[in-house]
Amino acid sequence: MNAWIAKQQYLIDFTLSSLARRKAKNLGLLIVYTLIVFLLASVMLFTHALRHEAAHVLDGAPEVVLQRMVAGRHDLIPPGYLERLGRIRGVQNKEGRLWGYYYDPVVKANYTFMVPNREPVPAGTLVVGAALAKARGLAVGNVISFRSYSGKLFGFSVARILSPDTELVSADLVLLNEGDFRNFFEIAPGYFTDIALSVANPQEVRNVATKLAQQFPDSRPILRDEILRTYESIFNWREGIVLALASLAILAFAIFAWEKASGLSAEEKREIGILKAIGWETGDVIKMKFWEGALVSLAAFVFGYVLAYLHVFHTSAMLFTPVLKGWAVLYPHFDLPPVIDGFQVATLFFFTVFPYAAATLVPIWRAAITDPDSVMR
Amino acid sequence: MIFQPAIIALLLASLVCVGLLVVSAPFAFDIIRHWNIRSGSERQLVLERRTYLLSTLLTFVFATQLVALLLFVFNADKMSSMFVGAMCAVGTLNVNVFGFPALIAQIVVFFLAANWLVINHVDTRAHDYPLVRIKYILLLALLPLLLVAAVLQLRYFLGLKADVITSCCGSLFSEEAPGVTGDAAASPPLPTMIAFYVALALAAGAGLFYRLRKRGAYFVALFSGAAFVVAMAGILSFVSLYIYEHPHHHCPFCVLKPEYHYQGYWLYLPLFIGTAAGLGVGAIQPFSRVPSLTVIVPAFARKLATLAAVMWSLFAAVASFMILNSRLVLLEG
Repeated sequence: MNAWIAKQQYLIDFTLSSLARRKAKNLGLLIVYTLIVFLLASVMLFTHALRHEAAHVLDGAPEVVLQRMVAGRHDLIPPGYLERLGRIRGVQNKEGRLWGYYYDPVVKANYTFMVPNREPVPAGTLVVGAALAKARGLAVGNVISFRSYSGKLFGFSVARILSPDTELVSADLVLLNEGDFRNFFEIAPGYFTDIALSVANPQEVRNVATKLAQQFPDSRPILRDEILRTYESIFNWREGIVLALASLAILAFAIFAWEKASGLSAEEKREIGILKAIGWETGDVIKMKFWEGALVSLAAFVFGYVLAYLHVFHTSAMLFTPVLKGWAVLYPHFDLPPVIDGFQVATLFFFTVFPYAAATLVPIWRAAITDPDSVMR
Repeated sequence: MIFQPAIIALLLASLVCVGLLVVSAPFAFDIIRHWNIRSGSERQLVLERRTYLLSTLLTFVFATQLVALLLFVFNADKMSSMFVGAMCAVGTLNVNVFGFPALIAQIVVFFLAANWLVINHVDTRAHDYPLVRIKYILLLALLPLLLVAAVLQLRYFLGLKADVITSCCGSLFSEEAPGVTGDAAASPPLPTMIAFYVALALAAGAGLFYRLRKRGAYFVALFSGAAFVVAMAGILSFVSLYIYEHPHHHCPFCVLKPEYHYQGYWLYLPLFIGTAAGLGVGAIQPFSRVPSLTVIVPAFARKLATLAAVMWSLFAAVASFMILNSRLVLLEG
């Protein structure tokens, strides 16, 4: 065993010095290789961080949301609905929610108006999200007026601005008092936008939803798990599409690697010839070439991955943002928490090192079977 | 559901592997027909050079299979969030009928490939390459199996459809929602536990016996193969329960998760290495009478048998440790 390790050590030593002797050629390969790893790793790190963040945000969401449908469209919950809900077993807590959208022609953006169920906002005041406050130039104590859908003008004073830490979910958020909300949108007392249900036992969620669907045929229950699953699929799908497009780049890279590996210079050929003349076997040359590939791959993988990490988590993935993030006027500015996943590293390995290895197999063999006499003659 | 990174990677890997083997099949055929070590003809020289390419290629293919097997299991586990009722890899593999067959086919391919590599290793140690023909006949026999595994995997992935929100969620609940079964069937604990330890003792004992007496090579292979099956049944039936400390959670995959401190690797690594080594002892035994291998085969088989014995003992020790360390009481009295 020790002899085997020693042999590999000498081979690696030799390979390193032979790589150093042909700097220009190997540097070109290394740069292209690093670039490929960087590209794919950025996509993967970015989508994974987004997925993680989405799951994190939804952690606090209610298990089930019940919406009422009229002619296939989302409608208000009429009075008495909440009381009829009371008898479903397994539902720990239920509350009617009031929220809606408001289009502000000043900044040409949609706001989300919402009545918080905990910590009610005093009448006549607002709590606004940080991105919105920036867009309208608001500070605490300022007065802002909105023209309601009925044409009446309503004035509010800003009581508080939400912390920028929560910007991913609160960029366009406006919190207000229940009475103000009902006056502004002209919603009669007893009506709600939808109903949030919390279910203590996760295994009961589907049963509760089934009962809801039977008891209220005009409603649709939306489960938190379902939202999560949909996000997951969407992000995976986007990542997959980008990777499928990038597979062309991988193919080009494989051809490039094949070319590099098979285009042996006369000097390299002579070197292999001499090695074989002094007693190296074909198998040894293949091993040497294997170590060469492994070292280059490892270096490119580490460089590419570190660069991608910096790109995604320190420059907010400026190259991919337009494709992968989505778009809005009041776009939240947020920094993704760094997440690294072993599974993703393994997948990335398959996308980069595997094609490289497959492409260089035959050229390596061609180089290794070189006859000593034919090159030294 | 093809556009998932890991699925693309797995399909790419199996496509490349099958492609490489298909391309090398005519060369293998050539070698089987024309190989003659005593000849100095140009054709023989070309063939000898090709054997280097083929064995490198196969090592590559089989190494890939090993990593792909791991990625397949990880991927199944990751995808569980996308199917109603699936809690882990078992649920995901149950989504359609091709899931478990695809996994089993990959495991079978992995063990056969490991045996091929053992035979290859023995052959290259001998001065006259006595097993070249047999090796390449075996390779051609492996090709259809690899193809079957690849097709099963493709069918499995093509059959996956994530349960995402539809415009009317209510309809998902009012009709009979086709949730997948998240549980694996398992045998009763006490008889399985007895069979488990008997099988492990036989496998480890056979390995040890071969090391001491150089006899009973086929028994090492037989007992190792049987012990693999019984060990998997044991993991399903009671080892996993002790790890999860839950009397109904029969899952062979969740043990690999961080929630359970990756304990599964301590089980599966010795299990797979032990099985591969044990089977390898039997695989090279038929060639122990070949003149140039009379010394090489027993020496290498002894190493493999020792490895198998160590790994089986380690596996038994790890499993017992997990059982004793658990707070679950499965068998009373």
